Amino acid sequence: MEKDIRVRQIIQKNISEKSRFADRIMPVFFFLMASVSVLTTFGIVATLTTDAVKFFQAVPLREVFSTRLSPLSATPSFGILPLINGTIFTSLIAMVVAVPMGLAAAIYLSQFATEKMRKVLKPVMEVLAGIPTIVYGFFAYSFVTPLLMRLLPGLGAKNVISPGIVMGIMIIPLVASLSEDAMNAVPNIMREGALGLGSTKLEVALKVVIPAAISGIMSSIVLAISRAIGETMIVTIASGSSKNFSFDITQSMQTMTGYIVEFTSGDAASGTTGYYSLYAVGLLLFAFTLLMNQMAHHISRKYREEY
Amino acid sequence: MNGTGTEFMKKKTLEGARIPKAASYKIEIDRDRITRRIRKSNWSQHLFSLSTVFALLVLGILLYRIGIQSVGWINWNFLTGKLSIFPEKAGIYGAILGSVWLMLIVVPVTLVLGVATAIYLEEYANKGRVQAFIKINISNLASVPSVIFGLLGLSVFGRMLNLGSSILAGGLTMSLLVLPIVVVASQEALKAVPGFLREASYAMGADKWTTIRKVVLPVALPGILTGSILALSRAIGETAPLVVLGIPTLILKFPQSVMDDFTVLPIQIYYWTLDTVLTPEYANLAAATILVLLFVLFVMNSAAIIIRNKFQKRF
Amino acid sequence: MTNAVNENEKLVYEVKGLNLWYGNDQALKDVHLDIKKNEVTAIIGPSGCGKSTFIKTLNRMIENIPVVRTSGEILYHGENIFDKSIRVEELRTRVGMVFQKPNPFPKSIFENVVYGPKIHGIRDKKLLMEIAETSLRSAALWDEVKDRLNDNAYGLSGGQQQRLCIARCLAVQPDVILMDEPTSALDPIATYKIEELVDQLKAEYTISIVTHSMQQAARISDRTAFFLMGELIEFDTTETIFSNPRDQRTEDYITGRFG
Repeated sequence: MEKDIRVRQIIQKNISEKSRFADRIMPVFFFLMASVSVLTTFGIVATLTTDAVKFFQAVPLREVFSTRLSPLSATPSFGILPLINGTIFTSLIAMVVAVPMGLAAAIYLSQFATEKMRKVLKPVMEVLAGIPTIVYGFFAYSFVTPLLMRLLPGLGAKNVISPGIVMGIMIIPLVASLSEDAMNAVPNIMREGALGLGSTKLEVALKVVIPAAISGIMSSIVLAISRAIGETMIVTIASGSSKNFSFDITQSMQTMTGYIVEFTSGDAASGTTGYYSLYAVGLLLFAFTLLMNQMAHHISRKYREEY
Repeated sequence: MNGTGTEFMKKKTLEGARIPKAASYKIEIDRDRITRRIRKSNWSQHLFSLSTVFALLVLGILLYRIGIQSVGWINWNFLTGKLSIFPEKAGIYGAILGSVWLMLIVVPVTLVLGVATAIYLEEYANKGRVQAFIKINISNLASVPSVIFGLLGLSVFGRMLNLGSSILAGGLTMSLLVLPIVVVASQEALKAVPGFLREASYAMGADKWTTIRKVVLPVALPGILTGSILALSRAIGETAPLVVLGIPTLILKFPQSVMDDFTVLPIQIYYWTLDTVLTPEYANLAAATILVLLFVLFVMNSAAIIIRNKFQKRF
Repeated sequence: MTNAVNENEKLVYEVKGLNLWYGNDQALKDVHLDIKKNEVTAIIGPSGCGKSTFIKTLNRMIENIPVVRTSGEILYHGENIFDKSIRVEELRTRVGMVFQKPNPFPKSIFENVVYGPKIHGIRDKKLLMEIAETSLRSAALWDEVKDRLNDNAYGLSGGQQQRLCIARCLAVQPDVILMDEPTSALDPIATYKIEELVDQLKAEYTISIVTHSMQQAARISDRTAFFLMGELIEFDTTETIFSNPRDQRTEDYITGRFG
């Protein structure tokens, strides 16, 4: 009897103020922590815009949308078109590699592969996805470029083709795994329906599964483009820093990301137009990738089939 | 037989029954065509499997090349020596130390921020606008290029808070970069905690915080750890934000505190790769450093997989 | 001898000593059964008795499950379907299947119906249209969808979707239609329509239908096979099965003593 009362008293005491206080204060703490991620986004937008605005105040728009980029010359010029050009070309080559390869891998893994093959290939894809981009950069520069130089005699030591291809390889797992998820989400009864009509496996994949999974596949491609645009180290190392506006993919071109890296690791003194130009390029890059990300979400949400 | 079957056996007269209109066409089965279709499918299968195997091949070539190039360069001196402009004498001890120091910042910061954010989103937030907003925000943050985080770090930590290119500045920048990974992984882990455990705790009169602390978190811990290790392995291999922060090219001093300048493994790879034109041996040093980096990543990922497998599906 | 050949011509399927295993679990045990032309054969039995497995073996759909092994023979018009020279794509073109849950493709109603003809190389728009109309009419769906052939098939009701799947199956003019509990996901009115349809279709097709409902088997089939734990217990005319079963277990099942 007495023991019972003692236990009750202890519980009564412990329920009291101290734990009540913790229970009330913790939600506030968690909310504050959660707001850090929001603050980060605001921080990015704020830092990019404040310094980008200073850039646009100093540089007329006509110069910004010109093809001449030479930030360190005596008569500096800040045309962004060479950078956009370089970004488009590297990303384009990456997509030419990543999309067909990634989709083929996704189709193979979800439609054809035996369970055993999947068990081998899926981890390989994950490993490929986990390799740091600096390693791919080294690989592009020290292996792929020399290899390509033997095939294409006019190829420069820094060029667009090699980093483009390697970036594409790096992105294959992204396209493959997201597209495979989309294909696996297609209900099995639909596959059975097609097989029951005498379709070959290829016909099931091309005529039923891919059309049904098309929104997921499209959104994986958009995310891949966004990834290619934002990729930094491979292009910085292997495509170099030529600021010429050209369409010759055998020679060096600079991407937006490459420009940011080159300029900060050089000596961009705070307060110069060159320094502010980093943030202008950064803002553009941020806007591009944000747009792509939103687009990917939009596609996968809007065109989701109701099966 | 007590007449069960027979009465419902009487067939109904079918109302409006139509004899199907006899088809005026005949679909012939073209056996050659079927042969061609099957052949096409088989060929495509080979093609698809080849492009999947291509990934395997690239991985093989990459590892092989790096292995070949680093043979003879990885040795005790390389792992424990100081940086040097002479390739034969150069060591990466400073970079290893730098990576460890960086982790000393990233681990606590991301764990506290990431897990707390996940707890807020999963356990406290109403399923309303605030939650949706934070979720969208995190998903967007995950897709921001790492070089942009570098610019953020440069402005906010480097210049505004005057931390320069110190370990603290780099660590905080890197923490924000991998934060979304930790948040999403922790959310998944918290979601996987079955509702009956929470109910059992509440039923004994425990309050929400006690329930989370004593019941939910311990159960979700393996999932959180797995996600966090993957986030850390991202942070260890990431280069661009630190380059943007302005990590010095050559550091001979080992870092002593979080306010010191530092270098990390990927940065060392970057600088050596850039200079291979002048000193070809730098390619070997870069390859050897890559091997060390990949080994560290391999160990971390294995740990994550072991944790995941060991604690998977206990309910 | 001549007599036997004539008799054999009427047989679409002759199943001889069929065994089937999922890994180490035997799901079908020494099944012998003949399916006759232009008849409806119902397959009944409690859940897990192997009736679905059996029907999916007839067009080798069961082989999509990797751990399946079979032994014995299934002769389809005298040819063993497990023979190496038989290609499943061809077999399944001749033997159509309707599934438990309606499974139209996420395409328009028209595209669903002409899917089969198209993979067989028919490109002529006019002919495709004719095929679509004939098939949809045969599936008693034409009047309901003729004005919206280009709408997505998922806008149809469950019963309409199932009839669309039947039309899709008819479009390649199969010889046999296998139905795996085609009405289990449908309401009574939709079920009634499908049953009505089966009755009409048997004039032109040979139909085998798995059903969980004994009433359905009794209403629409000519012959009924009763499966129990992977064994074919009894196979006879539907009338005999339901009025005068030879086996005690059959009687127990149809009188509702188990199942």
